[in-house]
Amino acid sequence: MDAKRVETISARVDAAVSSSDSVEDELELSAVRHRPEGLEQLEAQTRFSRKELQILYRGFKNECPSGVVNEETFKDIYSQFFPQGDASTYAHFLFNAFDTDHNGSVSFEDFVMGLSILLRGTVQEKLNWAFNLYDINKDGYITKEEMLDIMKAIYDMMGKCTYPVLKEETPRQHVEVFFQKMDKNKDGVVTIDEFIDCCQNDENIMRSMHLFENVL
Amino acid sequence: MAAGVAAWLPFARAAAIGWMPVANLPMPVAPTEKNKRQDELIILNVSGRRFQTWRNTLDRYPDTLLGSSEKEFFYNEETKEYFFDRDPDVFRSVLNFYRTGKLHYPRYECISSYDEELAFFGIVPEIIGDCCYEEYKDRKRENAERLMDDQEDNKDAKLPNMTFRETMWRAFENPHTSTMALVFYYVTGFFIAVSVITNVVETVPCGSAPNQKEVPCGERYTVAFFCMDTACVMIFTVEYLMRLFAAPSRYRFMRSVMSIIDVVAILPYYIGLVMTDNEDVSGAFVTLRVFRVFRIFKFSRHSQGLRILGYTLKSCASELGFLLFSLTMAIIIFATVMFYAEKGSSSSKFTSIPASFWYTIVTMTTLGYGDMVPKTIAGKIFGSICSLSGVLVIALPVPVIVSNFSRIYHQNQRADKRRAQKVQKARLARIRISKTGSSSAFLHSKRNGLFNEALELTQLPYKMNLSDQNSTEDEQRLSKSTSLLESQHHHLLHCLEKTTNHEFVDEQYYQQSYLEAGLQNYPSRSPSLSSQDGVTGTCCTRRSKKHHTPLPNASAPAHMQPLTHTHTHPQGLQELSTIHIQPLSTSRSSLNMRVDEPAPLNCQSSQITTAIISIPTPPVTTPEGDAHLPAGPTHQNVVKVSAL
Repeated sequence: MDAKRVETISARVDAAVSSSDSVEDELELSAVRHRPEGLEQLEAQTRFSRKELQILYRGFKNECPSGVVNEETFKDIYSQFFPQGDASTYAHFLFNAFDTDHNGSVSFEDFVMGLSILLRGTVQEKLNWAFNLYDINKDGYITKEEMLDIMKAIYDMMGKCTYPVLKEETPRQHVEVFFQKMDKNKDGVVTIDEFIDCCQNDENIMRSMHLFENVL
Repeated sequence: MAAGVAAWLPFARAAAIGWMPVANLPMPVAPTEKNKRQDELIILNVSGRRFQTWRNTLDRYPDTLLGSSEKEFFYNEETKEYFFDRDPDVFRSVLNFYRTGKLHYPRYECISSYDEELAFFGIVPEIIGDCCYEEYKDRKRENAERLMDDQEDNKDAKLPNMTFRETMWRAFENPHTSTMALVFYYVTGFFIAVSVITNVVETVPCGSAPNQKEVPCGERYTVAFFCMDTACVMIFTVEYLMRLFAAPSRYRFMRSVMSIIDVVAILPYYIGLVMTDNEDVSGAFVTLRVFRVFRIFKFSRHSQGLRILGYTLKSCASELGFLLFSLTMAIIIFATVMFYAEKGSSSSKFTSIPASFWYTIVTMTTLGYGDMVPKTIAGKIFGSICSLSGVLVIALPVPVIVSNFSRIYHQNQRADKRRAQKVQKARLARIRISKTGSSSAFLHSKRNGLFNEALELTQLPYKMNLSDQNSTEDEQRLSKSTSLLESQHHHLLHCLEKTTNHEFVDEQYYQQSYLEAGLQNYPSRSPSLSSQDGVTGTCCTRRSKKHHTPLPNASAPAHMQPLTHTHTHPQGLQELSTIHIQPLSTSRSSLNMRVDEPAPLNCQSSQITTAIISIPTPPVTTPEGDAHLPAGPTHQNVVKVSAL
């Protein structure tokens, strides 16, 4: 499925070349260009309509003309939405969550797959995605340290000027509350089942899962 | 928020799902997209050239002509396009600004036509990107100078009611304004020349009687020269007094260079008159006559070029200083070396190091008088090194000075560049404000949204079921139109606030609450609140803390600020929504709060203060209202409004 090719600017091949597995790695001055899969394939893989995909791609390509987002650009873009605080840590975690094949860059396919889950997925899928986000080392368990990292990243986005004044132990306390809620068997880690179970029983969380459905 | 990333807002909002499991509070309702349009192409017909773009692209900057409803004025019904009777070439830059978020200034474009187009489309030139800003500012400055020069030429036209004094001053400054002035100009010029020639001829030895030695003419025809000198000095004195009388600012005139030259030129004569023919002072008197040569500088009033030369020398001061410094260094080094090299030789002229200075200077400037020459071998070697390096040391700074001179002569711009730097600071300040403007915009809209809430809640105290109908009506009534993008962005920030249970506040308020938090002890928490520790603790104790802050005296109106806290408890029993209205003017903080339009609040006569920095720049949108629905449907119980 992976139709990623590294093309050079000068070696502009005919656009009708379909997916092949060869990776051409010639001339030193090559620009990394990524051409996404065709519209039909993406339509089949995600739950977006054709028009929506078009809109998404236009926005994507505008900001990243080369077709892939690297982490720096990603952080940059995300930080622009949170002018008061520092969104780079959280953006780092987000980047890892979107970069499903862990190759250091988010292509349009990754981007659109992630969005498809977030906007059009079932509640189960969304919760799965959230769990994946929190589980930094992807070992299937959320430990307190991982959650603390995530929590600090979220609080960092608030910045300094908050009311009430942010204190050092606020993220930690928040993590405690979270674990009290989620960790049913009190073993210090939250597994995916505990997580999904607990979220499905929480009215607030369930309601908020449907918040962004009409975003696009 | 940069409009370029507006397309990524859906992504940012979707990613907010990552916060949901962590949050303990319910999230605010998303803004509904009233009359959401499918993204459509719109056609902009600019003098026949058709540009097409998405409507969303133009909506990125709602405070410009194309982004707001102002463009509807230009809508052509028959052709279904927007027609602008403007320059299509400049419009390219304007449209690219919407597309990329960066405004570029094309070099071939005339600066004033560009400015006009920007003004027409409502775009502030300050946001021109760094790549083109330098060029833009340079051209603008040149244009402004050209205008100023043109103005100055017109200034010579005689104003109707000028006093005699002003007329005289104008005559002195601009000789070609009237015949009298011209006559005066030439007369003074003639007398300056006469005076200078007199001084020169005075020293020439005239013919002498065979039995007498040569005497200078000055001593032979003393009376004649004295009369000539007196006449010139009288003319100069009269001229100086007349200028002093006519000057608009006498103090400034007396400090100016020209007047000092005048004074120095005529003073020796008077001093000579006053002093008697005393042997002791006659030496000094003779020295004073040297200053008569300064009369030649009076010519600089008559010559523009001389003035410019003086000005450029003044402005090249640093380069001249460098030349002098490097020369001095080299002279001292070589003089020392030559002295010690020649010390051994007998009958050496290099008697001391200062005596060697003369040799060094003459050698380095390649004059080579030959009155002092080294005799030892070492002396000769060092002497040759000295002359070679002299060429270098002098040749290096001189081209710098020359290029400086030509640059200044052509441009004459030092003072204006300094002025431009001040504008640069202002520009950076404006850009910074527009960047922080987005966060301030959020705070602003939050206050307005809360204000709306406060209004609703106080007017309908215990009516909890605000139907959707009501709220939308209220919305439309209370809020002006804010762009959808803004409201979605604000909703995102609001979700973050709810996730962390902290609020965004502005700098001033933060400083103040920080001070207060540091200086007061918290009383114990009220037992009715449960274990959501730090956050509710601070919130509610803050409420009780208000009793401690001194209320302002009756004369000053109470400045208040509404804040909303929503506390949830793990037991999930009660959702307490309290609106804290607290006095903000504490004795410790000396922050100035700007009081905006005081709005009537039913609870008490108080004023809502929007205590944020004003945002004057157009690129920042300041939404007047917000589609901020209160979390109505989630409230089950009574909402207590407590106000102090």
